[in-house]
Amino acid sequence: MPGSPERARRQVREVVFVDGVRTPFGKAGPTGMYAETRADDLVVKCIRELVRRNPSLPPDRVDDVAIAATTQTGDQGLTIGRMAALLSGLPSSVPGYAIDRMCAGAMTAVTATAAAIGVGAYEIAIAGGVEHMGHHPMGEGVDPNPRIVAERLVDPSALVMGQTAENLHDRFPGLTKQRADAFAVTSQARLAEAYRRGVIQRDLVPVATRSAEAGWGLATRDEPPRPGTTVADLASLKTPFRPHGRVTAGNSAGLNDGATACLLAAEDTAVALGLTTKMRLVSFAFAGVEPEVMGVGPVPATEKALAKAGLSMTDIGLIEINEAFAVQVLAFLEHFGIADEDPRVNPYGGAIALGHPLASSGVRLMTQLATAFAERPEVRYGITTMCIGIGMGGTVIWENPHHADYSRDHTHEESK
Amino acid sequence: MSQVDFAAIFPDEVLTRAHVRAVDVPVGAQSVRMALITLDNGADHTRPNTFGPAGLAELDQALDEAFAIDGVAAVALTGKPFGFAAGADLSGIGSITSREVAAQVGRAGHRVFSRLHRAAVPTFCFYNGLALGGGVEIGLHCDYRTVLTQIPAFGLPECYLGLVPGWGGCWLLPNLVGPERAVRVIIDNALNNNRMLGAAEVLALGIADAGFAAADFLEQSLRWAAEVVLGQRKVTRDPVDRDEATWEAALARATSIANTRTAKAAPAPYRAVELIRAARTVDRAVGFAAEDEALADLIMGEELRAGLYAFDLVQHRAKRPAGAPPRALARPVTSVGVVGAGLMASQLALLLLRRLEVPVVMTDLDQARVESGLGHVHGEIDKLVSAKRLSPDRANRLRGLLSGSTDRSVFAGADLVIEAVFEEMAVKKEVFAELEAVIAPECVLATNTSSLSVTEMAADLTHPERVVGMHFFNPVAVMPLLEVVAAERTDESSLATAFAVAATLKKTAVVVRDSPAFIVNRLLGRWMSETARIVDAGTPIPVADSASAGLAPMTPFVLLGLVGLPVALHTSQTLHEAFPDRFAVSANLRRLVAAGRSAVYTWVDGAPRLDPEVLSLFEQPADPVVLDRARVREQILDALAEEVGLMLAEGVVGAPEDIDLAMITGAGFPLYNGGLTPLLDRTGASERATGSRFLPRGRASLPPE
Repeated sequence: MPGSPERARRQVREVVFVDGVRTPFGKAGPTGMYAETRADDLVVKCIRELVRRNPSLPPDRVDDVAIAATTQTGDQGLTIGRMAALLSGLPSSVPGYAIDRMCAGAMTAVTATAAAIGVGAYEIAIAGGVEHMGHHPMGEGVDPNPRIVAERLVDPSALVMGQTAENLHDRFPGLTKQRADAFAVTSQARLAEAYRRGVIQRDLVPVATRSAEAGWGLATRDEPPRPGTTVADLASLKTPFRPHGRVTAGNSAGLNDGATACLLAAEDTAVALGLTTKMRLVSFAFAGVEPEVMGVGPVPATEKALAKAGLSMTDIGLIEINEAFAVQVLAFLEHFGIADEDPRVNPYGGAIALGHPLASSGVRLMTQLATAFAERPEVRYGITTMCIGIGMGGTVIWENPHHADYSRDHTHEESK
Repeated sequence: MSQVDFAAIFPDEVLTRAHVRAVDVPVGAQSVRMALITLDNGADHTRPNTFGPAGLAELDQALDEAFAIDGVAAVALTGKPFGFAAGADLSGIGSITSREVAAQVGRAGHRVFSRLHRAAVPTFCFYNGLALGGGVEIGLHCDYRTVLTQIPAFGLPECYLGLVPGWGGCWLLPNLVGPERAVRVIIDNALNNNRMLGAAEVLALGIADAGFAAADFLEQSLRWAAEVVLGQRKVTRDPVDRDEATWEAALARATSIANTRTAKAAPAPYRAVELIRAARTVDRAVGFAAEDEALADLIMGEELRAGLYAFDLVQHRAKRPAGAPPRALARPVTSVGVVGAGLMASQLALLLLRRLEVPVVMTDLDQARVESGLGHVHGEIDKLVSAKRLSPDRANRLRGLLSGSTDRSVFAGADLVIEAVFEEMAVKKEVFAELEAVIAPECVLATNTSSLSVTEMAADLTHPERVVGMHFFNPVAVMPLLEVVAAERTDESSLATAFAVAATLKKTAVVVRDSPAFIVNRLLGRWMSETARIVDAGTPIPVADSASAGLAPMTPFVLLGLVGLPVALHTSQTLHEAFPDRFAVSANLRRLVAAGRSAVYTWVDGAPRLDPEVLSLFEQPADPVVLDRARVREQILDALAEEVGLMLAEGVVGAPEDIDLAMITGAGFPLYNGGLTPLLDRTGASERATGSRFLPRGRASLPPE
């Protein structure tokens, strides 16, 4: 068989975040609003909304659908990315796959598909995540290798996220319960203010919720927030992970149900199809830390991502950091010398207030950063970062297209 | 009459609950508060929501709650997952003995449903799944409707059952979509074997205003409704032509369809025509009151009672054949043989391929016949592919499963062999004898004979216990009935296998004892024979023929033409040999066949006209007995009653229900007669011919007061 005279040369392409949506987040458990709603259906609502909001995108142009879930069985199983694509009515020619990196599942779905776009394998991808922690409680079906204990590979507390947060308080005695509670109160207040301004609602896709006893309902707002929470309210809460500990339900994210999805594209493809650019990818990195203090993961991940981009923390004008636990956010801020209440950090509140359905949260950080970029055109770069179970962190650095110096022909040489 | 008495009639009501929730539907920065009512009987999709007295009371209360919600701007109705509502609960109708109670059925529905069009806020119906009868009507009371684009069935089957859409349908639908479209749904489709609408038709007819896909049907319906409430979306509908001539043209067409389908023997479609006619001029209250009266009359009529009985037979007895051995006794069928490659054999081969999806091998005497049979099946598969009823892959699979041979040793591995060779005892016995030498000991041998004795056919075999009759009806792909014939020595396992195959073929199996012509052909034969006897004795053909109007889908002489006179003559001779006392061979029929005629009617513009040449061949008796239509009908019904009585006495079938089920599914006898025996009971023919009714009063008729 005669070969082609010359193969196409590879070209590195810029990747843009076109749009992102999420379901309202619910409280996990039998009384939560999604108790009788399927996890895969939550993802489907997001994918359909993305397609509806971006009518200039021909659905058959989607090159892949990457959906993350931590527990990949039942309504989160069956290669959920592929199944969700079919259930969403995307053409059967559109493939899909499932991803797991625990809390950073959706973030990894974004980086994996973005990387594929970057090397020219894809032009358009849908990335997202779902976790129905009511249907799939943390640790469902796990079978840790006995070597972990026998060889003391990992401290046994590493498998219980709340205990890793307590370990972090031990490591950094300056991060007190009082500071953690204060941070949590700020998160609640900022979210309430963002809701009041209608900022949060724009990213939400309403979900019809099934209940055999009560009939159909419609989820249009997050269920977990407790607006008006005060430091005094939090002071007396139990510390379930340790007697006289510091980690409470008030200064950590709850157990939640929810899904997210976003649309990524090669920049030139987005322009050709008339798709908007909400953010441009600059760099990303993942890093490992000791599993028993997984909460410090964002620190090395961010250092790595900044180094790759040739940027430093002083270049970063907005930070969306996942609030699995207040102490883990404080550890990050302390490392970079940022104040606990710095307005650049989680300006619309975070997971402590609105919830953290594990594998879905990465894209939620991105949609909020995109919103903040639009409101703050003077900010050029922002990051989304999160800690990850078994001792990891992940960080993605994004550029604001609303910034005066943003240009489509941008190359990273300029910023060096 | 209080509500309590009405409810007591429905002790078995599966309560459809009506849950109310307030939902705030966002539209941009705005939000619309709606009361969302979910109809849910708590069962899965196999038991759809229905409305009985308690369900209506529940809905009434739900509407109280919905309208009381603070700031409510609209009310919307939807169903449980995968289903909206299948209409009225019919479980109690059979025990209603007074017209006053019957009238409450209509009034109760109207009273509650009317709250939806009288509401102070806009009302919406979201048809999220199967919607039938009252399930469709409740939505017609709403101001706006959305429909699931993948809805499995949508329709008004009332006239099919013997009712009218009497919870508002007959007044609301023509006033929504005009008389022509309303007639299509209420009359054409209902009488066309209860044809259902798909979402595309529901939208094209203007019954629903918008369609949404299942993946987010409810979310999109709510969003659409909220936009309507906010005035952001205008709903436009085709205006209804109020011209009397337009309405009369549609109603004339409806009447003509009803005449063709029921020959005026079923009152329901005619009542529907009257209600639709009135809907042009009377106001809603008057229209609804007329619906109440129509429902009361129909509920107190024999045709509806027979219709409900027949519907139950088709729905339930057809799926659990009475007298069938336990299913566990059935042997697996993984390979099938068909002896013969003629037209009937080819039809059988295609059906077996499509439903059993196992290798099917056909044999015939020479290669040319085998090729012709295989060619026929391949041709039919190609047609199915062209019509997009079969995917190319599945077509390849079916073609690959089909083979043919002139050598019957190919049946060695078959689990079931069906013969469809010439109707001649000697030929069939020879085929079976030859097969027995080849086939495995467990293989079931089936015959598709329509008239020969299966017992006799098996008599000389080493293993007669594995021989069973499987009598299919033409066209095999269409007719639901399969008469499963148990011969004298047929064992339970072989019989169970035949029933299991019938179920996989999606046929309605009725077990029948080996006897001449089994059920359907014996009764059709008696009917034709009796009519011919009356004509031969001197009654003119049009009088004799029209006396059977409404008894069967066509009159005896029309059926004669369809079957062909030579075949009819052959059949009547066979039956005459079996029952010389009751089945005559018509001398005039002999003459017509001898003269080479194939029918007595010629068709002009779709209407039968007696062929004058045929008339000239008829020989009038010296002393003609000319009967009137009523007398002919009486004689025919009495003859049929006599035959049914004998069949029951001989144990040909276990119960009159099996005769009715067979006549409905094998000969298209109508539901409003309950098949046959309810008609014979209703007209007194049973008592005249046999001294008693076939079915107790109330089983398929009005119960005693």
